[in-house]
Order: sequence, then structure tokens, then C-alpha cells
Amino acid sequence: MYEYLETAKNPDQLKRVVIDPVTRVEGHGKVTLLLDEQNHVKQARLHIVEFRGFERFIQGRPYWELPVLVQRLCGICPVSHHLAAAKAIDQLVGVDQLTPAAEKLRRLMHYGQLLQSHALHFFHLSTPDLLFGFEDEAAHRNIVSVLQEYPETGLKGVKLRKYGQEVIRVISGKRVHGSAAIPGGMNKALTAEDRDYLLKDIDDMILWSEEVVGLIKKIYLSNEEYHRHFGAIRSNFLSLARPDGALEFYHGGLRARNERGETIFDHIDYRNYTQYLREEVRSWSYMKFPYIVELGCENGWYRVGPLARVNNCDFISTPLAETARQDFMAHGNGGPVHESLAFHWARMIEMLHCAEAIKDLLHDPDILSGDLVVKGEKRLEGIGVIEAPRGTLFHHYRINEDDIITRANLIVSTTSNNQAMNEAVRAVAVRYLDGRQLTEGLLNHLEVAIRAYDPCLSCATHALGKMPLQLELLDAGGVLIDRMTKNGDGRITH
Amino acid sequence: MEKPGVLIFGYGNPSRGDDAIGPMLLEHLEARQWEGIELLTDFQLQVEHALDLEGRRLVLFVDAHLSCPPPFAFGPLTPACDASYTTHAMSPAAVLQVYREIRRREPPPGFLLSIRGERFELGQDLSTAGAANLDAALTFAEGLCVRPQLAHWLSLCGKM
Repeated sequence: MYEYLETAKNPDQLKRVVIDPVTRVEGHGKVTLLLDEQNHVKQARLHIVEFRGFERFIQGRPYWELPVLVQRLCGICPVSHHLAAAKAIDQLVGVDQLTPAAEKLRRLMHYGQLLQSHALHFFHLSTPDLLFGFEDEAAHRNIVSVLQEYPETGLKGVKLRKYGQEVIRVISGKRVHGSAAIPGGMNKALTAEDRDYLLKDIDDMILWSEEVVGLIKKIYLSNEEYHRHFGAIRSNFLSLARPDGALEFYHGGLRARNERGETIFDHIDYRNYTQYLREEVRSWSYMKFPYIVELGCENGWYRVGPLARVNNCDFISTPLAETARQDFMAHGNGGPVHESLAFHWARMIEMLHCAEAIKDLLHDPDILSGDLVVKGEKRLEGIGVIEAPRGTLFHHYRINEDDIITRANLIVSTTSNNQAMNEAVRAVAVRYLDGRQLTEGLLNHLEVAIRAYDPCLSCATHALGKMPLQLELLDAGGVLIDRMTKNGDGRITH
Repeated sequence: MEKPGVLIFGYGNPSRGDDAIGPMLLEHLEARQWEGIELLTDFQLQVEHALDLEGRRLVLFVDAHLSCPPPFAFGPLTPACDASYTTHAMSPAAVLQVYREIRRREPPPGFLLSIRGERFELGQDLSTAGAANLDAALTFAEGLCVRPQLAHWLSLCGKM
């Protein structure tokens, strides 16, 4: 839709506006804008330095180390990598079906991970940072008044996140980097005491999650016209789905639908993903651009994550979330919902589903069973796919006869959303920066567009002094005209 | 059970070179018994860590820093909103701010011990400079643990 803005015809005749980190250190994002003499955006690109080195990190290690090792890839969703690696390793040990108890424990852990990750987003939604319609005083007042109807939103957000963390801790044994999944199953059962501990607060979590869905919907609709068009793009969508078409996070078939909601492929065994998805390399970005093979690299890009999953599924298996999903889909007037900011709404529907699903699992007697491990015959290749909070996550390993990893390939959610984020940045740039004087406020719009996708940057490199954003205005000759730096603590240097 | 009044929170990814500095400092501190002090580690700071500040009279955050003067810097924290374009990173000042927002009162006094790091690639060991900076910071941190009092910590601010 905005692909014409990827490469300008005569870039040497354009002014260059760069939102750039101080150094090209992993974890940084950079937005490059080229403007013409009238300050119209003629070229826009989003550069994200994806985390690197994971292949070097993983290759040469025995496969059984991976469920613990891969947790160090990401400080935000270590459990997602843990479970995706575990699923791949299940195949390496010849296991295609876990025991009911093992699978349900993994699901419980996964719901805890999704709940806490999505709750983090909710917390950030309740800050003024999301009141990006501040240029419209009336809309700003609307949103503030909505927030006033929902007291203690911040505290509830933190407690929701804490609850998700507790689910993970109870299953894995530790707050940080516990171990739970092992080849062919799980390493310990859930005790009745731990089950009861988690049950104690689950009704509050469901109640608050339902409140949050209501809150996000009100915020979204209080400034609907603005939100509908902000960073608005249309795309294909990819996700897992259950055999009956239900929303699915842990295990299912690959489903892809186009922008009209028509099926491209469905119920695909993800072990054959390379026949359906390919990754393109572009000279100006460190990150690859996956696409659906059948549609080609130009039209085959897709989105993953909450918006994709809620759009793609036929229903959600828990009642409150299903009601919320129907309400959400009605917003799309018969087709998929495409607005970038609708990610936030879809994310909260998923959080509600996770809370309901956790309660269902805690009442399932299988969850306390000690029958946890299955054995099989060794294989030399294993692929694990899971729906991480940000989208579909692929772990693909090959081993040799000595059980050493010889090859590893990961496709993380942020990579799959790469093109979509570029499109959203371009959409924002065209609509809000074209022909206007650059201001801090306008540039914040670009950040909001990126943040809707919450790209997973650097995976756990957070050291202080990193992740600033810098804007430079250069003329066509490369001479610096102006510079603005937004530091990690929010201070602006101009 | 009443919590220890002092919390020391070291954070970082042990598999990313000098990002391990924060957790490693705490590993060294754990070798000794410090009365009234709780030691906590995690990969990185996030909103729920505001709940760990409850019931404390002093909090020390310890982390690697890309550009502080070597070997380390020490100073007080002021609660402040983060304005990052990603939810992946949260500063200690932002954690204090979260506490302020959700508890509707001021957080306990917080301090930051930033230890200079040089490399942060996945799979790397601690750099030579990072290890030396860690040693220097450890001696300083032990001094803080020997006298965990606000006035004393304030008197050390800006010193190395």
C-alpha cells in the first residue's frame, strides 16, 4: 500500500530526516525519513537491529540444554523460547504426543506467560503515553475521562502481570529461568497446594481482564476516527489455529488469511513451514522479511500476533473472551480488523482468554497427575512452533549422531511483523509528517505506531545507556541541519 | 514475616557479556550474610518490580552501563516516567515512578550503582575491563552493605 515510499526515485535530491540511535547497537530502532524541499515525505524506512548471535549461541551445544539455554535469548518472553525449544526437542527424541498432564502443564505455563506479557502492555496503555491524540484536546479529555471511570488501572495491571509470573514460578520452580519442560514432557507435577494458591486469585484476574477489555474498547472508540486511520494498513495474517478453528496458542496448524479474510492455507503441519514461508533479505535492513511463498515476496508479507490471531480464529473457546471477540470483529464490518492500534484491543481479549483458560486448567484433575514423560526413537531434526505474545515463533534444529546441535534457525515474531511495521511507519509519516514542521509531538506518533507491535528488540540487552532515539535533519548533501535526541529516560536534547 | 529493610537488586542477562555484571555482583554479595538486606536478581526491570519495593527503607539497583565513567558511578534516583518507544526496557527511576503511581505515596529512597560494561553480545564472557570494574564496584557495594543508612549512602554519591 505504501511500498512506493520504500525507495525514492531520486534520494540524492531529498532532505533526510533520521530518527537514529546514537550507535548501531543491537536493540536499537531507527526511522529514516527523506523529505523533499516542501517537507513532503518521499522515503521512509524502519531499521531494527534484530538480536543476533543466537545461532552461534546454540550451535555446538547438546540438544537437551536448549530449553534452559534459549531462555537467555529474551528477558521479556523466556518462557516462549523455552516451550518452542521443548516442542522441537520433543521431536528430536521421537515424541509427537505428550501425556495429558504434561501438555496441560505446558499450556498452563504458556497462558501464564501470555497473561503477564499482555498485562505489561495494558499497564503502559494506562499512562499518558497512549494519549497520543493530544493534538485534539477534545479527544484527550475523552480518554482521560474514560480512565477516571476505571480506578486503580495501574495497580491492576501490575497485579495481573505478577499473577502471570506466579503461574510460571509455580510450574518451573523459580521466578527466573526455572526449568519445566524436558524432552518428551515435564520435570515435575503441580501440587494441590500450588494449584489452590493459584486458584485463590484467579477470579480477580478474570474480572480485571474483563474490565480491561471494556476499558480498551472505550478508549479506542472514544477517538474512533483517529484510531481507525492511525498507522492503518491492510495485510495478510498468519497464526496457529486449532483443528476446529479456535484460537490457539500452544499447538495447532498454520493458518494464513488474506486482507479480506479469505483462506490462503489452513491446518498446515508447521513442520513443513519452509514450503509455505520464506525470508527475504534487503540491503538496507539487518532484519529479514518473511513472506508467504504462494503470494510472492511483494504481496506475501503478513502480520502475526494478537490482531492476526483474533482475526484468524473462528471462535475463542472461553465464554467471556468469545463475547469480546465477537464485539471486536463487529468493528471490522464483516471483514478482518486491520488498524494497527487495534492490536491493543485484540491483545486484551487474549489476556481475558488466558485468565479464563488458566481457571479451567486449574480445575482439570489431569493437572495434578505425575504421568509426565513419554519416550521415543531419536530423530535428527525437530521443529517447534508456538504463539508467543508477539506472534508466531519458530524454533528449528538439526542434530548429529552425537546429539549436538549442528544447525539452528529461529523466526521470531518481530521478524514476521517487519514489513508491517515498515508499512505502519510509512502510513504515519505520510499522514502526520508530510508537509508539516517537525516537532517532538509529531515524531511521537511514529513511536506509537512502532509500539503497537511492541517489537522484541535485542532480547535482553537492556543495559543503561542503550535504546535512545536520535533524529537528524540532513540536507541532500549530508550536511547536518538539526538534531534531536530522545534518551532512554525520556530527556530530549535539542 | 517482615521484609528486610534494604533491597539490593542486580539485573542483567548472564549470557550477554558484561550484561552479567549486575547479577554477578549479587552472587559475590550472597557469599556473605548481610543482616537486614535482601538480594534480588532478574533479567531486567519491569513494572512488577515496583511491588518488591514495598516495605523497604533503602533500595539499591545494580546494573551494567554502556557509558558511565569507569569503573562505576553511584548516585540517588528520582522517580521518573520512562519514555522509551518499546516496553522492553525500563529504568530504575521508572520502577520508582510505578511504585508512586500504584501506591499513591513516595517510594523508598533509591540509589543506582552503574558499573561500566564494554561488550554485550550474546554468548560472550565478561570482558577484562568489565571484570576489573566489577571488582572495584564489589568493594564499594560491600561498604554500602556494612553501613546501610540513608545519610551514609548520600554522602558517597558522586564518589568512586
